[in-house]
Amino acid sequence: MEPNKRTLWGWRPHLDVPLLLGLLAISGLGLVVLYSAGQRNLDLVLGQGMRLGLGFTIMLVLAQMPPHYFRAWSLWIYLVGLLLLLAVMVVGDVSKGAQRWLDLGVVRFQPSEIMKLAVPMTMAWFFADKPLPPRWPHLLGGSLLTVIPFILIAEQPDLGTALVVGSSGAFVLFLAGLSWLIMGLLAGVLAAVIPLFWTFVMHDYQRQRVLTFLDPENDPLGTGYHIIQSKIAIGSGGIYGKGWLNGTQSHLDFLPEGWTDFIFAAFSEEFGLVGGSVLLMLYFYVIARSLHMATRAADTYGRLLAGSLTLIFFLYAFVNSGMVSGLLPVVGLPLPLFSYGGTSLVTIMAGFGILMSIYSHRQPLTR
Amino acid sequence: MNLWLPFAKKSVQERLIREKDNTAESALFFRRAMVMLFLVFLSLLAVAGRLVYLQVLNHERFTTLSESNRVRLQPLLPTRGFIFDRNGVLLADNLASYHLEIVREQVQDLEATLSALRARIALSDADVERFRKLARRSPPYTGVPLRFRLTDDEIARLAIDLYRFPGVEIKADLTRRYPLGARGVHVLGYVGRIDENELRRLDPGQYSGSTHMGKTGVERSYEDVLRGRTGWQQVETNAEGRPIRVLSRTPPTPGQHVYLSIDMRLQAVAEKALEGYNGAIVALDPRNGEILALASQPTYDPNPFVNGIDFASYRVLNTSKDRPLLNRALRGVYPPGSTIKPLMALAGLDYGVVNRYSGVFCPGFYRLPGSNHRFRDWKRGGHGSVGMDRAIAQSCDVYFYDLALRLGIDRIYEFFSRFSFGQPTGIDLPGEKGGLLPSQEWKRRNHKYGWFAGDTLSAGIGQGYFLATPLQLAHSVGVIAQHGIAFKPRVLLATEDPGTRVRTPEPPRALSPIVTKNPRFWDTVIAGMIQVVEGGTAHRIGIGAKYRIAGKTGTAQVFTLGQNEKYNASRLARHLLDHALFVAFAPVEEPRIAVAVIAEHGGGGSSTAAPLARKVMDAWLLNKYDAPPAAESSSTASVPAHGTE
Repeated sequence: MEPNKRTLWGWRPHLDVPLLLGLLAISGLGLVVLYSAGQRNLDLVLGQGMRLGLGFTIMLVLAQMPPHYFRAWSLWIYLVGLLLLLAVMVVGDVSKGAQRWLDLGVVRFQPSEIMKLAVPMTMAWFFADKPLPPRWPHLLGGSLLTVIPFILIAEQPDLGTALVVGSSGAFVLFLAGLSWLIMGLLAGVLAAVIPLFWTFVMHDYQRQRVLTFLDPENDPLGTGYHIIQSKIAIGSGGIYGKGWLNGTQSHLDFLPEGWTDFIFAAFSEEFGLVGGSVLLMLYFYVIARSLHMATRAADTYGRLLAGSLTLIFFLYAFVNSGMVSGLLPVVGLPLPLFSYGGTSLVTIMAGFGILMSIYSHRQPLTR
Repeated sequence: MNLWLPFAKKSVQERLIREKDNTAESALFFRRAMVMLFLVFLSLLAVAGRLVYLQVLNHERFTTLSESNRVRLQPLLPTRGFIFDRNGVLLADNLASYHLEIVREQVQDLEATLSALRARIALSDADVERFRKLARRSPPYTGVPLRFRLTDDEIARLAIDLYRFPGVEIKADLTRRYPLGARGVHVLGYVGRIDENELRRLDPGQYSGSTHMGKTGVERSYEDVLRGRTGWQQVETNAEGRPIRVLSRTPPTPGQHVYLSIDMRLQAVAEKALEGYNGAIVALDPRNGEILALASQPTYDPNPFVNGIDFASYRVLNTSKDRPLLNRALRGVYPPGSTIKPLMALAGLDYGVVNRYSGVFCPGFYRLPGSNHRFRDWKRGGHGSVGMDRAIAQSCDVYFYDLALRLGIDRIYEFFSRFSFGQPTGIDLPGEKGGLLPSQEWKRRNHKYGWFAGDTLSAGIGQGYFLATPLQLAHSVGVIAQHGIAFKPRVLLATEDPGTRVRTPEPPRALSPIVTKNPRFWDTVIAGMIQVVEGGTAHRIGIGAKYRIAGKTGTAQVFTLGQNEKYNASRLARHLLDHALFVAFAPVEEPRIAVAVIAEHGGGGSSTAAPLARKVMDAWLLNKYDAPPAAESSSTASVPAHGTE
């Protein structure tokens, strides 16, 4: 395919049709499930449709920009995001015990959302002109770019977003060719730090979540309730599911808020193992296609950024489906393109926009 | 691998970067990406495996669990506490009421059902509209309310053939009721439906299932006490989700009963005395800050607000020129006028600017040095030579112009701040205003010009920028009565556990006392206030009093006269008439009540406001009420909106 070939209209939009089809398939299925899981509330479906429209628009707009723009902006976006994070600490709105929002009068705004894009962008920018695999001093400098926002977000506290931001940086390091030896060392350090983290950093409700995850029956009316009900919903779906609009768990309110973080359970209840497998395959298709696009990028910046963005998308899908099926702890990450809800959807679509831009703006390699 | 690269010479670095091998890096990336793709595959496979484990291997178990999944948590709403006055007269309770609900899932033809219901009970278009709006937002198997407050008659008519309409149900709930109607509404406030803004602020656990909350008055400020705590019950339901059996329950904790310091008999006297005026009367016990009566006219009936007042009635209340919804006692700000003169005198004594015997000659006007502008005295011919006692008794403006100038605005500001002027007194009712105590700094910030000497003169007689609420006036005069010992005003007397009926009295909240250089200064000022009633501007209310009163009249200008104009009440429109004010406490020897009266456009403080204060003090001190205490009103089913007195 010649990305820059002129068409009859003299202009050809930069986008990747196979990826677009995959994304449309997932979001379309999501809307169908949302109608049922949201208890046939049309307002919910319309609202989500509007958000998806906004997300796809942002994706298509970003895809038209040449990637060197993103590269030039990386550090600035990062610095602005960091300032906003500090602002949240000082003047942020407290909502449900966590300080995450910045009230701009018209909209309430979550600066940590910016960092989900800014951290991989800046990490890719930092390593793009360094020799790879990265050397020790670069490694330390680059890690700071991830660790500082990670700590600020974890302090809010927003464990889910901190996980995404931290992983996005780690993905860049891994894709940049971080040596296996160092990774082994880091794993060792991590194993030593986790007990300290548990004792001094984690909040009670976060510890409770992990404990409940290990033994949900422990607290069947409190935090464990979600997981138990979610497992019942999935398990009772069987191979073929109970059928669209026939799920009892979500419709009888046993599955609280079955249209946001736990929509995968509502989906699996109604569409069974068949539906669940199809959805997982769709996610795998989107991830594989995106990774393929990343390997075809023109330069190291594009490769690292595209790869990291893809793996964040994977992280969302895996953590959410793992949490809902009782494989992983309850971390508040939505199922991307599926769960009802706004901000993270827009961020994810912006990520795909950057990915498409990187892929479709390749210059033929000249050495 | 050169670990020391960043510390190498710049030229070496550049060479290395130039040597970055794109092909090698691309190949490295490809390898790493393939590793990740493999990990992605494994992870998603793990989830798929988990699905197989749940949906195939354990399908039977979870199906059984799902079918027997009939345990749901339901909130149990607490009963809201009652409100009583200090004598136990019931002011607010809960009444069983009924509303009509429709579960759409069980209705075959909704339109037919609606028109059939319309033939039996009154259903307005607004009712149907609201029903359709709510129905769009709720699942079809839940009940959606169609009509509130069904009458006994309507219930009887519906009950006959309700069986013919599956899905139509009559539901019972508790509605807040204010048996005395408008009486005391500005203290009580009311509860109303929770709106969407409030919903976002409220604790979702505590308010789940709740529809109402306190909106104003005591209902608002003691919401937490009155409301109680929500309980929960585990209910077993059938396959459709309908409750069959209660498995376990954490009962709700009912709200506490609240006893107010208000005496409804005195409240009635105060409100009736004010009838015909817009204004406020605040009576409090200076010995502990208990509010005895807090009247604001006009009033309104809170009962229609409980289930949502209809739009037309609300517009009448809200747009009325007399603004009945405004609590004038707390939120009405007025120029305090001459009522502040005793405090001015006290400030003069405390700062040593004047003494009791220093005199001023009053020719009927005052001229600032080097100016031709005449600041006039209310008495055209002047008071002649006046000392402090006579200046207070006769309310001589010239004396206080002179005193204000000697004190200067900074010291006036400092002294009056101690009496809660310019800031809320902190009463336990929502929405209190702080009025305005002008200072140089305030004027610099809010006006084009800085502070003028003329501003000081106006402030010295409670005019100009000076604004105060009736509550602030009552509070300050109470502090004078107590020689500086001050309490935070409050309406809560006690709370009572509804089960055990154990009362917990609310202790008085003492403020830091106001200390003057010489404690006798208080007596000096009070002596002047006694003369106000005994031969001074309010001598008419002193006649025949069975106890001694110390007071001060006030007349607040609503508009400014031209330099040579003469105030002539008979020629002015009502809305331009002066506000009439009076503050007092009694008995002088052992003060038990402090009163502030404001009658908007009432004319003169001595002619209009002072007699109203006398009525309130007579009632309280001599037990002179129009009717016996209305304690039996709690048992009557319906009480007319304006009480029984």
